[in-house]
Amino acid sequence: MSRIDPDRVQVILATDCGSTTTKAILIQKIDGVFRQTHRGEAPTTVEEPFADVTMGVLNAVTETQELAGRRLIDADGRIIQPASGDEGCDIYISTSSAGGGLQMMVAGVIRQMTAESAKRAALGAGAIVMDVIAANDKRRPHEQIQRIRELRPDMILVSGGVDGGTTTHVVRLAELIAPAKPRPRFGSEYTLPIIYAGNADAAPLVADVITDGFDLTVVDNLRPVLERENLGPARDAIHDLFLEHVMAHAPGYDKLIQWTDAPIMPTPGAVGNILETIARERGINVVGVDIGGATTDVFSVFDGVFNRTVSANLGMSYSISNVCAEAGMDNILRWVHIPMDARELRNRVKNKMIRPTTIPQSLEALVFEQAVAREALRLAYLQHKEFATTLKGVQRQRTVGDTFSQESSGETIVDNMALNLLVASGGVLSHAPSMRQTAMLLIDAFEPEGFTTLAKDSIFMMPHLGVLAEVHPQASVEVFERDCLIHLGAVAAAAGSGKPGQACFRYQVRGDTLEASGEMRVGDMKLYPLGLGETARVAIQPERGFDFGAGPGRAVERDVEGGTVGLILDARGRPLQVEGGVEGWVRALELYPEGSVA
Amino acid sequence: MTARAYTPGLKVSARTRHRVRRILPIAGDVLVQAGDAVQARQAVAHAFMPGDVTPINMANLLSMPPTDVPDCMLKKEGDRIDVGDVLARTPGIFGLFRSEHTSTVSGTLESISAVTGQVIVRGEPLGVEVRAYLAGRVAEIVPNEGCVIEADAAFVQGIFGIGGEAFGPIRRAAADHADPLTEDRITPDMEGAVIVGGARMTEAAIERARAVGASAIVSGGIDDADIRAFLGYDLGVAITGSENVGLTLIITEGFGDIAMAQRTFDLLASLEGREAAVNGATQIRAGVMRPEIVVPLPDDAAGETAGTSDAGFLETGAPVRIIRDPHFGRIGAVGALPAELHVLESGSKARVLEVRLDSGESVIIPRANVELIEQ
Repeated sequence: MSRIDPDRVQVILATDCGSTTTKAILIQKIDGVFRQTHRGEAPTTVEEPFADVTMGVLNAVTETQELAGRRLIDADGRIIQPASGDEGCDIYISTSSAGGGLQMMVAGVIRQMTAESAKRAALGAGAIVMDVIAANDKRRPHEQIQRIRELRPDMILVSGGVDGGTTTHVVRLAELIAPAKPRPRFGSEYTLPIIYAGNADAAPLVADVITDGFDLTVVDNLRPVLERENLGPARDAIHDLFLEHVMAHAPGYDKLIQWTDAPIMPTPGAVGNILETIARERGINVVGVDIGGATTDVFSVFDGVFNRTVSANLGMSYSISNVCAEAGMDNILRWVHIPMDARELRNRVKNKMIRPTTIPQSLEALVFEQAVAREALRLAYLQHKEFATTLKGVQRQRTVGDTFSQESSGETIVDNMALNLLVASGGVLSHAPSMRQTAMLLIDAFEPEGFTTLAKDSIFMMPHLGVLAEVHPQASVEVFERDCLIHLGAVAAAAGSGKPGQACFRYQVRGDTLEASGEMRVGDMKLYPLGLGETARVAIQPERGFDFGAGPGRAVERDVEGGTVGLILDARGRPLQVEGGVEGWVRALELYPEGSVA
Repeated sequence: MTARAYTPGLKVSARTRHRVRRILPIAGDVLVQAGDAVQARQAVAHAFMPGDVTPINMANLLSMPPTDVPDCMLKKEGDRIDVGDVLARTPGIFGLFRSEHTSTVSGTLESISAVTGQVIVRGEPLGVEVRAYLAGRVAEIVPNEGCVIEADAAFVQGIFGIGGEAFGPIRRAAADHADPLTEDRITPDMEGAVIVGGARMTEAAIERARAVGASAIVSGGIDDADIRAFLGYDLGVAITGSENVGLTLIITEGFGDIAMAQRTFDLLASLEGREAAVNGATQIRAGVMRPEIVVPLPDDAAGETAGTSDAGFLETGAPVRIIRDPHFGRIGAVGALPAELHVLESGSKARVLEVRLDSGESVIIPRANVELIEQ
């Protein structure tokens, strides 16, 4: 916002209105550096009987002001701006996922090309994609229309055709949507927003078809040529319409929109924003995961390309039963080191599903929930890898040198060997009783290769910082690095496979606080203490067939940073062979209290 | 810090002023007026939804460019179409070799496109009707949408259900609250009834209830394997109500071998023979929806009308149910509410409470793992 002078900003207040909890954080400039200082939370008040989101916001801010000893709300129940003395704040911003977040339907001509680009744009903007309609999605037109009628999206994104390409197919898509007259979630008065981001030549024809009861916005083609995506304009339009239409209909948001200094963003969109900013600023590859009760979001930035996926039914409470159904009980129980009764577990899973707020009291219940989490994360990451690909449908000129290369378009861009930072958030990861458990959950589910830094979002601050990046990037980055992330440590893992017990790699670690060397055999895990702020140089000599990034059998040296867990050496190989190893790994990392391992 | 904590609970009430909103999915006509007495199965509002759409690719069917389609149409936008009507005919060559398309659907011609050559026919409007569900009085009319119905009723919330709205007299099929609901307890004269059991209902009992034509079956618990066998698939998320399985099913406590809470059972047993309205629809997300059993009571019956709050505060002495292992299903009263965090066996720190079980034993339980039993 133009009226904010970044240099004069001293105090920033940010809220995130989740579907159950509204969280407020206070950021203050201390000794010339922005730090997150206090936080408060309160139940979200979007639903009846309150039906006004600002009540929850004010409650969360009230808790923050009490803890901070700084008055943030005036007698009229308004946030005090700007800051003066020990009152008020200079910037107030908010994100929202209340009321189910932003639910969208997308359409494109070819499923693997324009429809996929449209899906990427919608996911990147923070939406839940309810369905993808495409000319070649194997459904007959009347089935597609029926589907559109049944869904109740907040908005629809239509793409299709490169500029100067097909118009007929694009108009046909519009002809499916117009008569289907999808009913929006917010009642009969609501005009359904449709964003058209397809072949520019077809825009007037689409406008002729999509008329009554819709609000059509035309933006630049998101796939102007096959070789390039241009998702920015569509993403911006989604954010604008989210505010104008969806948020404006949610109870109390009309007020909240007026209070904030930057547009309210969908929560996952904001998380993506901060990860993209960090990856760009540090020049690294990042994967972030947020595992919730109903869904799991995975974000990645590889070589500057951002992708987000939402696994709609992989979660730890509402969707826990679905995780068990999709992964299979055998796959879950392979992570468990104590005997459990499958029939009883199935009933327990269902009981967690119907009473989602309960927490594991016994060690057995915790071990089981963490086993489920590993499978939920593994499946969500698999889905992410399948989606985060190079553009499909691109013709590539091949030379003689490519004769033996199997590379083609549509390959995943997710490369675990190139991954630098893996960030965890979500209850089961951030509230695990021991941070070792969090680190191990990440390693088991994501199978990072080579050297990877592990971290967790301390109090789920990433959404706040994502919006802040829009108005005050410096404050956002400073807080992210100092207060948002809790560094768990580093993992050095060998890619490749071998027989258990066979030599895998030799290592030497040198640092101010840690000196160690030794040999790891296939199946081994080892943890060395390397605290927060401590660094060490790790030299690895892999055996033939094992790789740490320089190629099979080639030596690698790297500096690693410590954390609350330390340095983990992983010689289990990739892909991970789980059977028979779990007890040893639990013991090596002292994951659970003594006595829980036979 | 006060020793009060907000905790959700399931409502079990012998008499309460119950209100239900009966709203159409789209605008339509309301058939009742404020103050009218209504019966459970009576329609209170109805509407017509736009009919299904059939797209016809006329350009392909008649082998012509899309731009020629409008000129070949014999019917115009807005015209009524019947099965067998000729929709379009090509001019042919000197009037010969004409081809035409005969409609296989009826409805109204909605659009003709010269860009895609597609013709869209909309089918007959589909009627939707909303029934009163609760026998009582119309308290309020929501113009063009529906109404609010009110009645004094006994009200029991279940924890999980399958299937939608159903009606029938209450029939008890268990000796007490801990009596499993087995096949042999279901008799042919339970056709059309809402069967009430005690503890776990078995798959054979559910099948038998379906076979005799019962409206609904209610009990304390069910085994995951039984519900899977009954539905034919595994439930992924708890969003139910639209299953078409010929029977509404409600459990009041949870999954596994678990008895119905004594108070719930006693209340339902005392209502034997009365007409009940039940709904298995469950939605466990933000805006939670639980299954319910509503038994309207006569206006003149004596008795207190309880409040309608659906959540309350944990206080010393409040009756609670433990809703997670290792003491799942046990009932007791709040003994103490220590303010400080407690380290659980799992290693997590959590706020806890002491529960004095009915057996006299005291146990420490995380506050998240109990629910209030609503009075």
